[in-house]
Amino acid sequence: MNQIVVLLVDDEVPFVEAMSRRLTKRGLAVMPAFSGQEALNKLTSKEGERIDVVVLDVKMPGMDGLETLDAIKTKYPLIEVIMLTGHGTIESAIEGMKKGAYDYLLKPSDMDLLTAKVNEACTKKRQHETRIQEARAQMIALRRGD
Amino acid sequence: MVGPKRKNERYYRLLARTIMLVVIGVSFVPLVLTNGFILNQFGTAYREKIYEHLDELVQKHSQNIDGFLTDRLGDIRVLSRSYDLWELNNETFLRRRLSLLREEYGGVYVDLGLIDSQGIQAAYAGPFRLTAADYSAAEWFQAVLAREYYISDVFMGLRGSPHFIIGVKQHFQGRDWIIRATIDFEAFNSLVENIHIGRTGFAFILNRQGDFQTKSRKEVLLTREPYSEYLKSGADPKKTTIVEGIDEQGVESIVAMAPLKGGQWLLCCQQESADAFASLRRTQILALFAFIISGFGIVVVAFLLSKRMVSSLAQADQEKSVMNEKVIEAGRLASIGELAAGIAHEINNPVAIMVEEAGWIEDLLEDEDQTNEENQAELRRAAIQIKTQGRRCKEITHKLLSFARKTDPTVHEVNLNDLLADVTSLLKQKTRYANVKIETNLNPNLPLVGASPSELQQVLLNLVNNAIDAVDNAGGGSVTLTTRTNKNSVFIEVADTGPGIPESDLNRIFDPFFTTKPVGQGTGLGLSICYGIVNKLGGDITVRSQRGVGSVFSVRLPITGPSTQTAGESPSAGEPTRLPISDNTLKEEC
Repeated sequence: MNQIVVLLVDDEVPFVEAMSRRLTKRGLAVMPAFSGQEALNKLTSKEGERIDVVVLDVKMPGMDGLETLDAIKTKYPLIEVIMLTGHGTIESAIEGMKKGAYDYLLKPSDMDLLTAKVNEACTKKRQHETRIQEARAQMIALRRGD
Repeated sequence: MVGPKRKNERYYRLLARTIMLVVIGVSFVPLVLTNGFILNQFGTAYREKIYEHLDELVQKHSQNIDGFLTDRLGDIRVLSRSYDLWELNNETFLRRRLSLLREEYGGVYVDLGLIDSQGIQAAYAGPFRLTAADYSAAEWFQAVLAREYYISDVFMGLRGSPHFIIGVKQHFQGRDWIIRATIDFEAFNSLVENIHIGRTGFAFILNRQGDFQTKSRKEVLLTREPYSEYLKSGADPKKTTIVEGIDEQGVESIVAMAPLKGGQWLLCCQQESADAFASLRRTQILALFAFIISGFGIVVVAFLLSKRMVSSLAQADQEKSVMNEKVIEAGRLASIGELAAGIAHEINNPVAIMVEEAGWIEDLLEDEDQTNEENQAELRRAAIQIKTQGRRCKEITHKLLSFARKTDPTVHEVNLNDLLADVTSLLKQKTRYANVKIETNLNPNLPLVGASPSELQQVLLNLVNNAIDAVDNAGGGSVTLTTRTNKNSVFIEVADTGPGIPESDLNRIFDPFFTTKPVGQGTGLGLSICYGIVNKLGGDITVRSQRGVGSVFSVRLPITGPSTQTAGESPSAGEPTRLPISDNTLKEEC
């Protein structure tokens, strides 16, 4: 199984750095982004194709978490997004779930729980991808059969 | 500089004095007017009554005296017509007639005489030896010849004692004869002497030349001026005249004058004014006494009333001041509540970093090779990061605590630029997430203002916080903070690029409990408290707003000298503190 690639988005630089270290130690590949716009840029870039899961802070200056989620889900519907939120913005995280986020976690979150969620999300995403690939293969086979 | 307590004492003293003067004025003016009017009316009526009384009296006596003179003249005329010359020329006959007259009228008649046309007394009956006396040069003799009959003035004559003559001309045997009677001065005088008016009133008779025709009961008489003028003016012989003047001893007197003897004599009744108007004077004194007692009562009541009113007012001011502080405190707590969510998030970020760094340390400690140099360096870095984030937490809590601690109304010299910096720092996180750019245009040479820092901080926090909310609602923009100064004042302007305030709301934004924020997000106290605080500091707060462009709140504060007074303690002397939540008489510009 390929290494899971996580795009970690938060405006707090030390937080992103600390999380990155811990997730990396748990075998995940972490790509940091410090704003919603930067996250979208990373997704668009070549190495962004590898991204499986986005861990996204809700409250950010400029483009906030929900707007970023909208943009991601519009452009990359297969990529799973886990929202990170404080108590004050829990309603926004739930709103995010309605908009297609995989799950939400309260900040600061338990690293094992986050890792588990990332793994689950990644599995889901990859299952989706596998199914799509299988469907494509079947369509190609059907065409050949014609 | 005068302390606030002394200033207040002076204010309350001034207020008490003003109330007292107003009460006294309001009470005294009608009292004086009413009393004055009544007293004046009474005085006029009483004076008229006295005049009428004197008029009546002097007329009655003048009629009596005139009657006496007419009767005596009648006696002599009857005598002259009843007898022939030979009888009248007989002294025995005359003596008998005199004796009869004296029997009838007492000592009124002194003597009788018959005088021929040359003025020689042909016959005489009386106590003096006046037979053959020559009266041809006497004034009365000439007068009788000219007028048929005549009553003379009082004169000394040949006998050397005061008397007057009644003479009647009669024609006997082709010649004029005069029947003459002498009237006893004392008998005539008693008619006048018995006139008594009040305690000091007396009467006398003057002739046209102003000579006394009777003895006066008093030596002292009025100066002759009133009589002389009256006599000179050819007074109406049928009319009584009453004059007031000063007699020769300087005593104010009233004199009623009535003509006698067809206007040849004047009956004068003189009375001291004090005696004539004694009742009036007594009433005046009584009224004055009543006025003084009432006045004293009014002054005492005014004094006590003003003292009690001002004391109640001072107590109310004190209570209002306490209430003001409570309202400000309540507003502050409400602001803290509104800020709490932002602050919680702000503090949550460093906490999350610390938790992650601590988790990283745990991760490293789980490594088998803990002495690994790289791990050691990571551990140190993580510890430093935890410390850094801990400090960040401390700063946030300190900022919040510095605002959340109890309002201190003590007035200090405050630099508004520093206060604005504190407020923007407190709202930094909110600003960051609300897409609001804070721009400052601060005058570095801003003078200090005398204010309570915590109260002023609350004003600025409310204004900036509202501006950020307005801009956030508009989807982002900027808030510009400006400080500037002129000769007497310092101005702070908080301008936002929000949606602006509807004109219909502009009149109400400083009203207590008026808010356009959703339920639970605003108390509606913020701006009314701002208004109250600024007003208390002697400044004012104005707003101008345009829909779609933004709003500008402008606070003007007076520049004051150094002071350490307690602003919330009580109102200042010149302008009592107004309860912020009940005052919305703001100036507005749109």
